[in-house]
Amino acid sequence: MSGEADLEHAATMRLVRAKRVQDLVFGVIGILVLIVVMGLLVTLVADLLIDGVGRISPEFLTSFPSRRAAGAGVLSAWIGTTLVMLVTAAIAVPLGVGAGLYLEEYAAKNILTDAIEINVSNLAGVPSIIYGLLALGFFVYGLNLGQTVLVGGMVLALLILPIVIVATREALRAVPSGLRESAYGIGANRWQVMWSYILPSARPGILTGAIVGLSRAIGETAPIITIGALTYIAFLPPAPVSATPPWINFDWLNSPFTVMPIQMFNWISRPQAAFHVNAAATGVLLLGMTLLMNGFAIYLRYRLRRLVRT
Amino acid sequence: MSEYQALQASPFLRRGRILAAVMQALLFASAALSVLITGAIVWVLVTESLPFFTQVPIWDFLTDLQWTPVFTDAHYGILPLLSATLWAAGIAMLVATPLGLILSIYLSEFARPSVREVLKPILEMLAAVPTVVFGYFALLFLTPLAKQFIPGLEGFNLLIPGIVLGIMILPYVVSISEDAMRAVPMALREAAFGLGMSRVQMAFSVIIPGAFSGVTAAYLLGFSRAVGETMVVAIAAGQNPNLTGDPREGAATITAYIVQMSLGDLPHGSLVYSTIFAVGLVLFVITLIFNLLGFFLRRRFREAY
Repeated sequence: MSGEADLEHAATMRLVRAKRVQDLVFGVIGILVLIVVMGLLVTLVADLLIDGVGRISPEFLTSFPSRRAAGAGVLSAWIGTTLVMLVTAAIAVPLGVGAGLYLEEYAAKNILTDAIEINVSNLAGVPSIIYGLLALGFFVYGLNLGQTVLVGGMVLALLILPIVIVATREALRAVPSGLRESAYGIGANRWQVMWSYILPSARPGILTGAIVGLSRAIGETAPIITIGALTYIAFLPPAPVSATPPWINFDWLNSPFTVMPIQMFNWISRPQAAFHVNAAATGVLLLGMTLLMNGFAIYLRYRLRRLVRT
Repeated sequence: MSEYQALQASPFLRRGRILAAVMQALLFASAALSVLITGAIVWVLVTESLPFFTQVPIWDFLTDLQWTPVFTDAHYGILPLLSATLWAAGIAMLVATPLGLILSIYLSEFARPSVREVLKPILEMLAAVPTVVFGYFALLFLTPLAKQFIPGLEGFNLLIPGIVLGIMILPYVVSISEDAMRAVPMALREAAFGLGMSRVQMAFSVIIPGAFSGVTAAYLLGFSRAVGETMVVAIAAGQNPNLTGDPREGAATITAYIVQMSLGDLPHGSLVYSTIFAVGLVLFVITLIFNLLGFFLRRRFREAY
């Protein structure tokens, strides 16, 4: 009798052990895959650093692109990127937050809202080069705006709009409804509730989304190439601020421009290895910018989560 | 006049109401703008490619085996571009499907919450790398390296950009499928353990079937991204239209062709100018189909639980 029970016990133990081994094997495979993927990321960063970091110098940042690889720099590219990002942020953030606020707080559940939602999710999946074609056909030739900072900023703003909308909606969803109800309870109307209570408490989440969106925009190349902005730019747009009245001017919006990823692509497509070094150096700077922005966004979200938890 | 009516009529409250109404209209306008954008995309693609479709019969466009729009003997068959696009995206899926499945199961079922908190930001970092940097990596690091192991690999090829595309869409695919897996109710997991399943058995016979529509959606959306991705293939797959069955050769994808044409001076209104909108339209339709399929599948898994 007890022998039989022992046998059964041993069989059960074997089964349990087999299952534990299964789990262990899968866990190891999972970690291996993670290591391979992360290894690729590390290799990519290391390769870029080895090729390019020696090229980064104050002269590299303050010189215009040139036919001689050793004398070329990214001055017009990083200034172009900065100006384009200003335009992108100024368009995408208000529009994205507005649309997110409407869809999350105002919209009734009807066919129209449904259509807008399907549409936003589809826009997020439209290839960036299609936005470039839109800008080429509509902004550049339809409205005759040319290949300017304004058009570059607008096309990137359209591109990241869905990211800002989705982030805004998530941030709004996390605002406790008690806040909403108590604000209505003291007699605030809908806009007052939004402006004074809901938006301020959703601000960190919205900010995170905006930064992630901008970090995507900063590295986008295809739409800018498509509008035909890949040209030799060895001058700067007019300065937005000046020492004489009227101090601020907007001529820079209508100036031709180049941006960092375009400059990098340009140098990659040259056959000479010396230009590849320049490309790698530009890549290091670009990667540094995007990773910094993303790191900041991740940090913000982490802090936000901790705040919500406690 | 009651006290309530007097309050309602006060100029202060009226100003507030007017502002609220104006803001509501503005917010609606910004939400409606997204529909306008889609409309504008379709309108631009259709009207700008019309000159092309009036000159080139659509049958030739879909069946001609050559794409040589700037040659004197011009052929306008999209098949070479389409086949290169599908090769690159297909290879990307071959890489992303197994890796993505393993990673998402690992993250949702195996990793401790503290581990997950560290890993997810790292995956996000991977997603944040600019595509032009991936292109550099594919052309100037991975291709020379792979040439030593793969005989016959050309300097521009479809294989390496395809693999890099797979790595690029991985974070995206993992994040959607992990979401879907985590939405499977805990009770199903507990029931599986109660039946004596191991964690692996539970993952494959309960979680994956339970999250099937969400996981499928992740791959559909990932495929759509790989099809529309531009810089990696434009840099590392070459710009020569080439109808090939061998991924070791280079071939221009739809996106690479658009980039190549945009680099030169495209006279507005010429036939060559309208070719980029014609192939863009094809690209848009393909990604639209996959995006919509993905959207509805994703929504279904959200409703299921």
